[in-house]
Amino acid sequence: MLAILDYGMANLRSVQKAFEGLGHAARIITTPEEIQRTDHLVVPGVGAFRDAADVLFKTGAADAIREHVHAGRPLLGICLGLQLLFDVGHEDGTHAGLAILPGECVRFAVDAPPHQLKVPHMGWNSLAWTRDVPLFRGLQQGAYVYFVHSYHVVPKDLAIVAATAHYGEPFVAAVWKDNVTAVQFHPEKSQEVGATILKNFAEWRP
Amino acid sequence: MLAKRIIPCLDVDRGRVVKGVKFFDHVDAGDPIEQAIFYDRGHADELVFYDISASHEGRGIMAEVVRRVAEVVFMPITVGGGIRTLEDATALIQAGAEKVSVNSAAVKRPELIREISAKFGRCATVLGLDANRVKDGDGIERWRVFVNGGRVDTGVEVMAWVKEAQALGAGEIVLNVMNADGTQAGYDLEMTAAVSEAVTIPVVASGGAGSPEHMLRVLQEGKADAALAASIFHFRTYSVGQVKEYLAERGVPIRR
Repeated sequence: MLAILDYGMANLRSVQKAFEGLGHAARIITTPEEIQRTDHLVVPGVGAFRDAADVLFKTGAADAIREHVHAGRPLLGICLGLQLLFDVGHEDGTHAGLAILPGECVRFAVDAPPHQLKVPHMGWNSLAWTRDVPLFRGLQQGAYVYFVHSYHVVPKDLAIVAATAHYGEPFVAAVWKDNVTAVQFHPEKSQEVGATILKNFAEWRP
Repeated sequence: MLAKRIIPCLDVDRGRVVKGVKFFDHVDAGDPIEQAIFYDRGHADELVFYDISASHEGRGIMAEVVRRVAEVVFMPITVGGGIRTLEDATALIQAGAEKVSVNSAAVKRPELIREISAKFGRCATVLGLDANRVKDGDGIERWRVFVNGGRVDTGVEVMAWVKEAQALGAGEIVLNVMNADGTQAGYDLEMTAAVSEAVTIPVVASGGAGSPEHMLRVLQEGKADAALAASIFHFRTYSVGQVKEYLAERGVPIRR
């Protein structure tokens, strides 16, 4: 069963509806017990790192997500759901994440010289992937997806990077490690390309 | 590379899509759901729904419109118009809006920007403003912020307001220049460029789009990160695809 974790940070209907449109039933769940009964788990999220981490730790969802990963079941993190998988986030202070993947989440520095780009990084950017991961099957290199974020992850182990995008400099757009994958962009807002990515996750059997 | 965004704007009055000329003369022409599907298939980069009735007539229908649209299209949706409180913003985001755009109420109570940003993040918090070039008794032109659908001059200076909004937590500015709005005579390039250079958050240009060339100019000379238009798309003068083709041929980074 595919399920989307609701921890009060986002409208999940668009994610659920996107899966349903692809023929995959998707439940919205809230408790650690429900996570234990889930096969494919989606952790979405918008908002602040600290607030989201607080909710996950207080509700026991954090431990349930870690158990889910250790049991080898598939996990897809989206946006903040990617960032929370790492050790720490540096949004409004330094806060602990789920520490499933080694590394940290930092603010884009590209609004300073020499780049002087706008932050948040907001809009459609093209993906470049160097690994043949199941998530991008059926897509062309350079496919555009929708991003909206001010922070991005810096993994300790660059081998987990599945795709990058370019904003002044390359940044991590997707990671893939064993049964865990996560994306900085919003597949549920990325029209056909996003639908393909969600479909690939739903149909992926590790 | 980040693409410049092309954003159709749908003005909504009590659940129906309308488009005004110079703000006051509205023509009823469409169902928001059908419009959204049309623009989604046409690869619009984002949709803006602007509730033009809400500022002075009440609201509530908009959240239901957003909910129905979000069921059928998978693209970013921004909703503006008549958002007065954190509760208004919450209802729209919970209905499926990616971002909410505050306008008049934020001028009256700037803390509204901070409240929405604290709850939903900078990425979901947009400042929309209606700007106009006005001359006071001294004959000197000034750029001022107007509210209530462009009816009331607040006396607030455009440049000061956009910087304050960014400091309060806005993650994007939609600059609608009223002198240009509905004229299809082109965006206000000078004001758009000045605002875009004064802030470090993205700026969406609005008001005056009549041709793909206008969009090219506001994305280049106007330094806008995105171009919003209503009439030229709504009346099918140009499709989003035609605009994008024109821009791509001239070297603008565009998602096809």
